[in-house]
Amino acid sequence: MSLRKVAVVGAGMTRFVRRAQETGKELAFEAAKMALDSCELTLDDVDGVALGTAPEAFDGVHMKGEYLSDGAGAWRKPVMRCYVGGGTGVFTPIQGWYHVASGLFDVCLVVCEEKMSSCQPHPQGAFLTIFDHTTERPLKPNLLWIFALEMNRYMHRHGLQKKDIARVSVKNKRNAADHPCALLGDPNITVEDVLNSEVLAWPVQRLDVSPVTDGAVALVLAGENVAKRITDDPVWIKGVGWSLDTAYWTNRDLYYPKYVEYAARMAYEMAGIREPRKEIHIVEPYDPFDYKELHHLEGLLLADKGDAPRLTAEGVTARTGSMPVCPSGGLLGVGNPIAAAGLMKVAEIFWQLRGEAGKRQVPGRPITGLAQAWGDLMQVGTVVILGIGG
Amino acid sequence: MTDKIKEFPGTALRESDFTDQKVLFTEWTPKAQYAWDAGVAIGRFLAELKAGRIIGTRCYHCRRTVVPPRIVCEWCFRPMDEWVYLQDEGTVNTFSITYVHWDMVRVKEPIIPAVIEIAGASKGMGIMHLLGEVDPEDVKIGMRVKAVWKPEAERTGAITDIKYFKPVA
Repeated sequence: MSLRKVAVVGAGMTRFVRRAQETGKELAFEAAKMALDSCELTLDDVDGVALGTAPEAFDGVHMKGEYLSDGAGAWRKPVMRCYVGGGTGVFTPIQGWYHVASGLFDVCLVVCEEKMSSCQPHPQGAFLTIFDHTTERPLKPNLLWIFALEMNRYMHRHGLQKKDIARVSVKNKRNAADHPCALLGDPNITVEDVLNSEVLAWPVQRLDVSPVTDGAVALVLAGENVAKRITDDPVWIKGVGWSLDTAYWTNRDLYYPKYVEYAARMAYEMAGIREPRKEIHIVEPYDPFDYKELHHLEGLLLADKGDAPRLTAEGVTARTGSMPVCPSGGLLGVGNPIAAAGLMKVAEIFWQLRGEAGKRQVPGRPITGLAQAWGDLMQVGTVVILGIGG
Repeated sequence: MTDKIKEFPGTALRESDFTDQKVLFTEWTPKAQYAWDAGVAIGRFLAELKAGRIIGTRCYHCRRTVVPPRIVCEWCFRPMDEWVYLQDEGTVNTFSITYVHWDMVRVKEPIIPAVIEIAGASKGMGIMHLLGEVDPEDVKIGMRVKAVWKPEAERTGAITDIKYFKPVA
């Protein structure tokens, strides 16, 4: 199989806010326009559109892909909306990647949007419908339960304390204080603040969780034949991977995300990466909850099982550490508009590798970075590896 | 990015924007109704719950006994070979002590959801259910628990025919 190299050449995003005045398609337009402007392209240069957005239930709009399509610049173009739950934001650029790598398109616009605030009185209610309607929903589960069950299992298997995990929330919310679009940046937050926050579903407390958010993010992808005409600094998509594990989530051990490992191995192989801990310089793993960052670092093979909390405590994952993790501030700090949050992570790697991340810029000129998202009912992993040079 | 763009798009609304009627919105309250057919595997599972029993299925190829039951072994991708009655007891694989309903309404008395590995099924085969008749402080991973059934006349063939699981004395 001969694949064309694909570069990210532009990116844009809106502010992430609790409730936006703009509609979903208005947010999508703002991000898409900024992404095109950033690489001096217009919609005429775009051959096709990859659109990502999470459950219909948040918006109360069926055929949400069509509803958002004009804001994503998709009319009279080949467009496809994809959806793999929380994994959508990193899967949508994968969809864009295979459109371009296959030779079908030269330029693909990737747009992810989420407007969770439309679902009243609380978007959490919409999550009830993702549980099995016969064997689980009659127990009236809250989505937080499933995270609490997984977090408790993870803590139990590795003998971890809440404070070992709370450090992730502190790191990310502090990092987000330097992000101009962040909803929950806080330069002064402490581990005690997290440990003293309201208990929602023990071991999950309020500051362990990312917030309900509205926002949009967009990227422009270009094939190798045109990328260098568009920009002097293309950031190449070196590898992609995705994997889905069993939806019988109570039948597998929740302490380790095997599906993330499968997705990562696929991406590492494509990127020719044999020693990820040496070759990946900067990481944006999915962090809707603080323990998920640790869980995912282990699934990505960037930490031994149960060892990610130690790396966090020792500052290895700090923005100035040897393996910066979530320098953007992640979902915990920037916000969690589901699909847009995942694409924000890919955009962050793009900006970091180009040296354009402003106050968030990590030291040491990273050349390879990885973004990962996770979703469906706890069991999908999506991975994109970006790199400069070559 | 940060340096080039001075003002990012996206306008945050505040509660006062609504109370002061600065912004307009429309509302809709859906009344959707569905009826889900239980299917072959879960249909039998529910019928057995009504009879006060938990049933799983077994694959001769990978030798797993699974619960909830299915008619296809998802790993061997072949039909399951037999129905197997399991015990109405199990082990707590993980649990949470929760203060929120499904719709984020707060509750004072905690709800204790758990993944319970059902005895008689293969290791690690759990179902989600609730724990009861236990002080939240005393719940431990690895704890042995037993189903507390609704009285026979009140059972409808639903997962809630088991009220909750309680510690085995």
